[in-house]
Amino acid sequence: MGEFKVHRVRFFNYVPSGIRCVAYNNQSNRLAVSRTDGTVEIYNLSANYFQEKFFPGHESRATEALCWAEGQRLFSAGLNGEIMEYDLQALNIKYAMDAFGGPIWSMAASPSGSQLLVGCEDGSVKLFQITPDKIQFERNFDRQKSRILSLSWHPSGTHIAAGSIDYISVFDVKSGSAVHKMIVDRQYMGVSKRKCIVWGVAFLSDGTIISVDSAGKVQFWDSATGTLVKSHLIANADVQSIAVADQEDSFVVGTAEGTVFHFQLVPVTSNSSEKQWVRTKPFQHHTHDVRTVAHSPTALISGGTDTHLVFRPLMEKVEVKNYDAALRKITFPHRCLISCSKKRQLLLFQFAHHLELWRLGSTVATGKFLVSGKNGDTLPLSKNADHLLHLKTKGPENIICSCISPCGSWIAYSTVSRFFLYRLNYEHDNISLKRVSKMPAFLRSALQILFSEDSTKLFVASNQGALHIVQLSGGSFKHLHAFQPQSGTVEAMCLLAVSPDGNWLAASGTSAGVHVYNVKQLKLHCTVPAYNFPVTAMAIAPNTNNLVIAHSDQQVFEYSIPDKQYTDWSRTVQKQGFHHLWLQRDTPITHISFHPKRPMHILLHDAYMFCIIDKSLPLPNDKTLLYNPFPPTNESDVIRRRTAHAFKISKIYKPLLFMDLLDERTLVAVERPLDDIIAQLPPPIKKKKFGT
Amino acid sequence: MAALEEEFTLSSVVLSAGPEGLLGVEQSDKTDQFLVTDSGRTVILYKVSDQKPLGSWSVKQGQIITCPAVCNFQTGEYVVVHDNKVLRIWNNEDVNLDKVFKATLSAEVYRILSVQGTEPLVLFKEGAVRGLEALLADPQQKIETVISDEEVIKWTKFFVVFRHPVLIFITEKHGNYFAYVQMFNSRILTKYTLLLGQDENSVIKSFTASVDRKFISLMSLSSDGCIYETLIPIRPADPEKNQSLVKSLLLKAVVSGNARNGVALTALDQDHVAVLGSPLAASKECLSVWNIKFQTLQTSKELPQGTSGQLWYYGEHLFMLHGKSLTVIPYKCEVSSLAGALGKLKHSQDPGTHVVSHFVNWETPQGCGLGFQNSEQSRRIKDSEKHIEVEVRKFLALKQTPDFHTVIGDTVTGLLERCKAEPSFYPRNCLMQLIQTHVLSYSLCPDLMEIALKKKDVQLLQLCLQQFPDIPESVTCACLKIFLSIGDDSLQETDVNMESVFDYSINSVHDEKMEEQTEILQNGFNPEEDKCNNCDQELNKKPQDETKESTSCPVVQKRAALLNAILHSAYSETFLLPHLKDIPAQHITLFLKYLYFLYLKCSENATMTLPGIHPPTLNQIMDWICLLLDANFTVVVMMPEAKRLLINLYKLVKSQISVYSELNKIEVSFRELQKLNQEKNNRGLYSIEVLELF
Repeated sequence: MGEFKVHRVRFFNYVPSGIRCVAYNNQSNRLAVSRTDGTVEIYNLSANYFQEKFFPGHESRATEALCWAEGQRLFSAGLNGEIMEYDLQALNIKYAMDAFGGPIWSMAASPSGSQLLVGCEDGSVKLFQITPDKIQFERNFDRQKSRILSLSWHPSGTHIAAGSIDYISVFDVKSGSAVHKMIVDRQYMGVSKRKCIVWGVAFLSDGTIISVDSAGKVQFWDSATGTLVKSHLIANADVQSIAVADQEDSFVVGTAEGTVFHFQLVPVTSNSSEKQWVRTKPFQHHTHDVRTVAHSPTALISGGTDTHLVFRPLMEKVEVKNYDAALRKITFPHRCLISCSKKRQLLLFQFAHHLELWRLGSTVATGKFLVSGKNGDTLPLSKNADHLLHLKTKGPENIICSCISPCGSWIAYSTVSRFFLYRLNYEHDNISLKRVSKMPAFLRSALQILFSEDSTKLFVASNQGALHIVQLSGGSFKHLHAFQPQSGTVEAMCLLAVSPDGNWLAASGTSAGVHVYNVKQLKLHCTVPAYNFPVTAMAIAPNTNNLVIAHSDQQVFEYSIPDKQYTDWSRTVQKQGFHHLWLQRDTPITHISFHPKRPMHILLHDAYMFCIIDKSLPLPNDKTLLYNPFPPTNESDVIRRRTAHAFKISKIYKPLLFMDLLDERTLVAVERPLDDIIAQLPPPIKKKKFGT
Repeated sequence: MAALEEEFTLSSVVLSAGPEGLLGVEQSDKTDQFLVTDSGRTVILYKVSDQKPLGSWSVKQGQIITCPAVCNFQTGEYVVVHDNKVLRIWNNEDVNLDKVFKATLSAEVYRILSVQGTEPLVLFKEGAVRGLEALLADPQQKIETVISDEEVIKWTKFFVVFRHPVLIFITEKHGNYFAYVQMFNSRILTKYTLLLGQDENSVIKSFTASVDRKFISLMSLSSDGCIYETLIPIRPADPEKNQSLVKSLLLKAVVSGNARNGVALTALDQDHVAVLGSPLAASKECLSVWNIKFQTLQTSKELPQGTSGQLWYYGEHLFMLHGKSLTVIPYKCEVSSLAGALGKLKHSQDPGTHVVSHFVNWETPQGCGLGFQNSEQSRRIKDSEKHIEVEVRKFLALKQTPDFHTVIGDTVTGLLERCKAEPSFYPRNCLMQLIQTHVLSYSLCPDLMEIALKKKDVQLLQLCLQQFPDIPESVTCACLKIFLSIGDDSLQETDVNMESVFDYSINSVHDEKMEEQTEILQNGFNPEEDKCNNCDQELNKKPQDETKESTSCPVVQKRAALLNAILHSAYSETFLLPHLKDIPAQHITLFLKYLYFLYLKCSENATMTLPGIHPPTLNQIMDWICLLLDANFTVVVMMPEAKRLLINLYKLVKSQISVYSELNKIEVSFRELQKLNQEKNNRGLYSIEVLELF
């Protein structure tokens, strides 16, 4: 099938930021996640948990609260004191508004979705009215002594509960005055702690307030009398988050020890109407603080400092035992952070605030050695990989996207407000970098950047929905053309693919179909029929100009651009269907490439496997073994030929962030072992193993 | 009421019965006429009512009959086998056996079986079965081997169930017994292993079987003198699989286990069995008839001249070899009724038979305080318990019903309701069997344990603790109270499961070693620095005392088994603590002593485990010590006799703390080592490897 020399790269020192908030939207079945660096990601739970959108972070914007309001409008607030609304179509920030109350610690949208409440550092609770295109300050509630860390609306919208330091206040929304003030016990295991921080509150429709605090307690209060009803001590450390199901029959809390507890309202005895809250299930899927939890109708969602986003389905709510019933852990972004220059064997790594350029090493063992080398052998290095360049961004904004040209002499990247293009010069071992200045105004911010195969053209998908083509020659550039989005749509394009001959450009947005442009004639060539699931990766094959598209439901299509139709192979695949194990993979395909000498091969990978699809071989059916980790031994050629199928899978490299073909016999694989990430996280709360 | 009538001897002619007795007595096609085959060369046809022989046939000198003659009911001919392989067929008119039809077979015959309404079957010694007609068509046909080498057929019986011939035969191999059921029409052969139960050494002396609609009820008389019943389904669930059958006790000690002569058992009807054998080792042999439903002895008859240990029953006649002559005892059984069974129906007692007084009727209440009314009622209840038990066993033997769980649940609820209504009703065996189905839980039948607690039935409680996953703490604690308070003598009578207990006394040889071990454990920290030097010294003064105290188990084995069941049960600390406070202080100390003893046993080996099949773990022991002390410390600390124990426990805790602190220290160092190791193992940040895709 194929023998490759693989550059196994583990020096991509990428550490995802910790998760700060999650907000679940029931209407669209989407989840918004904010990270400590200010990044906000949108996951579509209906589309196989695909991360379909993201808003880049900002150094000064630490998000502390995230909520959906007015149906599908997304708001966030943070320690810079601003409330922001996100534009989910154009993928930018609509506006930011200062609440004038100091850092904002908490935010909650009213049950009707028309009002927004924020809790500030100065102890004020501020009510905002949500207008169709903005928010408007309405009034302040009674000022409290210390910061408001948590907020919750009563489902009727008449009262709110606010958690502060050492106490919980109940406000009447109409008058804005505090009705009750409930003091939280500072005692912790008999020892008086300095302060008891109420990290989260939840107001139930029967008037019960549930609070979680830094003393490890989950407490139930009666809001009518302001008295403590019940207290559960569940942790030796802080309980940091709470989320209640819409039916109010179950809720979930997350602790600083990494444990998530599920509480359920169950009858005291069978067939009695009296019910009580019972701690039913503990889950330990995190090693660090669980900073935030959410409760979807069928799953508990949690995230925290250890950067994993965990979906724990509730088995009693899952009707069909399909793959949705399995636990999911999302750690890595569903987009490519790495680009590669095949000619010069360079890798460009994208971090939040800088880029790194590395040159791969080499081995003396060529030709002869490779033939004799067995599977899994490590070859002796004649030259190690070099760190060539460390390029820091200016300003507080995170990098959105980056790219290195195939020839290795151009690097482009973009933040929210600026687009940067650099020219690299190689003189023996020295490398010099020159920024191309005077970027045109329209090239302010890009969502995706791509160089053509001969490095003479640069394609930029701007966040206005336009696609720009720029001609590069020598040290200068010339703007050639801009494909404007179809009138009426402002949807941003997030994925680009160009054909190796440079004639075709494919672009895909988050929901609409894939558009194919003719670069020579500068016009729209065709649109690939729309599909229900978002595109996760695409690429155009050399010579045939077949566009291969991978979707988040793990389907792979092949579309012939010249013929404007799906290829026969793609139709065959759709008719027969993919192997069930292929469809059950839970990470999307993030990169597709082709072999220059073997036109029947498609190379693709997700985080846990690398696969070569050989279109000339028969497709596997559900009875055949999809992945066989062991090489066929002692089997006759006939058996081998009979059992061979189109999917050649390798699971050696994981988690696999990037894999591409450098030349006919050389691959590059970038791995990011989880242990290396954990080693860079702050140490978790130490738990005694013995003598507990 | 079953009764034995006056016996009579069939012939004055002395039969040439060998030491094994007769070969067999078989029915002929006319009622009243029977074929008797002696163990030599002769077959005699008797007419019982006339008490005289009608005909006699012999094989030639040098030949020997190996299989009793039977009558082919379809043709009226007689069939016999001599010299294992030679088949002879003749009828009343024939005089000389030499001149009659002869067929030589290719394999040795074990027995020819014939019943009314179907053709005779030939069972070969290798387990193969043939119809007689088919065999005669080709006598030299090849006969396959069914049973394994060294497996010997012990007994066989042939039934017709719903016009289907069913053959059962029992084989033995190295003390293991197997039952084969051959459905002759469908040619399905099912093999079962007969499990002998607890008493592995017992040998089965005699078999008999009766057939019900769905079961063959196989009764066996063991060498321990008890009759056991095994239910074999006629239509097997899965004929391919080798299945096991469990026997259950039907009647206890009906004959003496070590009788010199043979014993025999035969089923008379559904409720009655006849047993031949001596009831006590020294006494003479007698024939007794038992009602198995009510477990009562119906009648018995002494046979002073001794028997061959063989018994046949046809129609209304029991045949046996009494002395040297064949004796027939007519047997009659009226429809049995409860009143009859209890002896209230007047019936004329035959002057010839007299009830032998030295049978212990275990039905009679031992306590004499009960009045007649009471005893009658209890008897009635006992009978219905027995009846329920049989029904439950039948149901459990089938097992494949889809609503098995619900039926079991309903049955238990029903039984318990009756238990509550009638205090003397307590179907213990039945409840035990139901618990062992593994489908019950505490929440399904909370009354069960309540009743068992009331009855102080520790065996049932132990079983519940082992099987139920959801026993509330209050009930666990109530069990503990009973386990601690029940007297040693009443414990001796119970039959608790001793699986979790290891015979600690065996270990006494290693005592010294164990002492050393504990020393080492204590050397894990620095005793000099301890504040409790005084008590150490105090203890060191009496090292012998300590040795004695720590090495002998403070409770008897059976109690230990019960306490282990408590240790294994699940609990929640908060709910258990308040109940533990109710236990008397001396019981607490006893339990603590036992736990401390277990702890010392644990620390004998490096893995910190106890020997045995399912022993309590160290964590369970430690948790219970803590719980008991938490609940009762103020009480225990005031008791002078508990002082030594408390000091021991204090030392124990101290050593535990030091061990754990050491462990915590080691853990940190190990983690660092692991980190170093990882870095070494890490293949580096960059490598070039060869990948081959298949």
